[in-house]
Amino acid sequence: MSGEFILLLFVLALAIFLGFELISKVPSTLHTPLMSGANAISGITLVGALQAGGAGQDALSIGLGVAAVAFATINVVGGYAVTHRMLRMFSRKDRS
Amino acid sequence: MSDFFNVEALTGLGYILASVLFIFGLKQLSSPNSAIRGNLTSACGMLLAVLVTLLDTGILDYRWIGLGLALGALIGLVIALRVQMTGMPQLVALFNGFGGVASLLLGAVEFAPMQVQGPDGAVVVAIALAVLIGGITFSGSLIAFGKLAEILPGRPLLFPGQQAFNVLLLLAALGLLIVMPLGLWEGQRVELLIGLVGIALLLGILAVIPIGGADMPVVISLLNSYSGLAACAAGFVILNKVLIVAGALVGAAGLILTGIMCKAMNRSLANVLFSGFGAGADSGGAGATSGGEVKALSIEDAWYLLEAARSVVVIPGYGMAVAQAQHAVRELGELLEANGAEVRYGIHPVAGRMPGHMNVLLAEANVDYDRLAEPQDINPIMETVDLCIVIGANDVVNPDARSNESSPIYGMPVLEADRARTVFVLKRSMASGFSGIDNPLFYAENTRMIFGDAKDVVSALVAEFKGSE
Repeated sequence: MSGEFILLLFVLALAIFLGFELISKVPSTLHTPLMSGANAISGITLVGALQAGGAGQDALSIGLGVAAVAFATINVVGGYAVTHRMLRMFSRKDRS
Repeated sequence: MSDFFNVEALTGLGYILASVLFIFGLKQLSSPNSAIRGNLTSACGMLLAVLVTLLDTGILDYRWIGLGLALGALIGLVIALRVQMTGMPQLVALFNGFGGVASLLLGAVEFAPMQVQGPDGAVVVAIALAVLIGGITFSGSLIAFGKLAEILPGRPLLFPGQQAFNVLLLLAALGLLIVMPLGLWEGQRVELLIGLVGIALLLGILAVIPIGGADMPVVISLLNSYSGLAACAAGFVILNKVLIVAGALVGAAGLILTGIMCKAMNRSLANVLFSGFGAGADSGGAGATSGGEVKALSIEDAWYLLEAARSVVVIPGYGMAVAQAQHAVRELGELLEANGAEVRYGIHPVAGRMPGHMNVLLAEANVDYDRLAEPQDINPIMETVDLCIVIGANDVVNPDARSNESSPIYGMPVLEADRARTVFVLKRSMASGFSGIDNPLFYAENTRMIFGDAKDVVSALVAEFKGSE
């Protein structure tokens, strides 16, 4: 196990604690947008997929990589868009 | 200078900034007023992460990934803008599955080139985990999607020996997690990988199939957490910190929601996942079955009681979502308020099919979120409530949870609707609910049943109100 790997584990441990601290403050009214917003963030795999799909090795790698890009992008774009739609309803104050 | 301003440093700094934006975004999600900004902040973080990745010198060919990006963005946008709010649970499940399969595919791509390089054992573990968790997330989410969209039957599906089979699958997966990094059977790397993918997909299916519709809030939260963990594992594969930070945040979010949902049902996670709750036909607890008779009420008689009520609590459940009755419910609430009544909404954390399901529907119908109250806030004042209107909710108002120790849901915190002076229960028929648990609230002295589709009934009440003016 390389030194870099250890450093990444260290980052992971800190991020998990940070996540628990942040999320435990979200009120239950916002649980659905929280979930779909967090879901969009999990599309961060897109970063890795872009690297893999763009590295231009063999056709199989490109194919799998590009499929990963497409799926992750659906997750990211769709996730943020639908969260935005939901949150707009929550903030609407003009009760006509 | 060239050392300072190289592309690698720029990319690294971009990832740090993206992580910070994710963290800020989630922080702003904690209040309804700042939540929109929070989501946009988080989206900016994602955009930044993608842009700096595209600067990466390792990317030689932009054509195919450009196509993937364009296609994904288009499909994602179209689905997101078209979906109805009542379809939100299955949509969240579907997107979740896509995130999972992306991690699986990424793990698979990264596995191939290492045949030449001679793999680092730790990275191979990460690859195997990304594939395993990503696969479980993918197939599990698709099954959850099928159940929520009612393509698959919502009731728990069990077969004999299912749990033993699951344990065997899990052991096989763990075996592969050990075999792959040790470099055993080097010649069969692709076969090992395909085997792992197969096991992961099968595990995801078998894990979700025995879980009933009413337990879906737990499953969706848990799958949400898995998709984060899969992204995390993918981060260890490509040694990228932004994946690890973002994945861990999502993993934590999903776990917290899972915990809240389990607590709201007074059940352990293991019980939700493995018990096949509600699979048995007669889980009602023998002695409990129905004392008195059901008292049905006509719309007209209901109106007299509504008109006289000074304080009203509405308790919505999955039935309101199915009937798309939220707009009619809001209209009725406004008429009641105009009539001088105080109207509140009692929201149980597991009402509906995902965390916060009822809140989203009522927000769509423009109900002020200040009127929504949780069980611990509404129960203490329930005795002062003139009228409690239960719309398509069942288990979350079951008094057996407080008083009948033989009931399967004994101990679950519920909304104590039966303590209100009068209770209206809007229900399609007396057919026993999804979980098959008997509900004595329906037979209580102060309960009146109004049969019919929730939307039709509420609309009829609204019309009755308007006609009387």
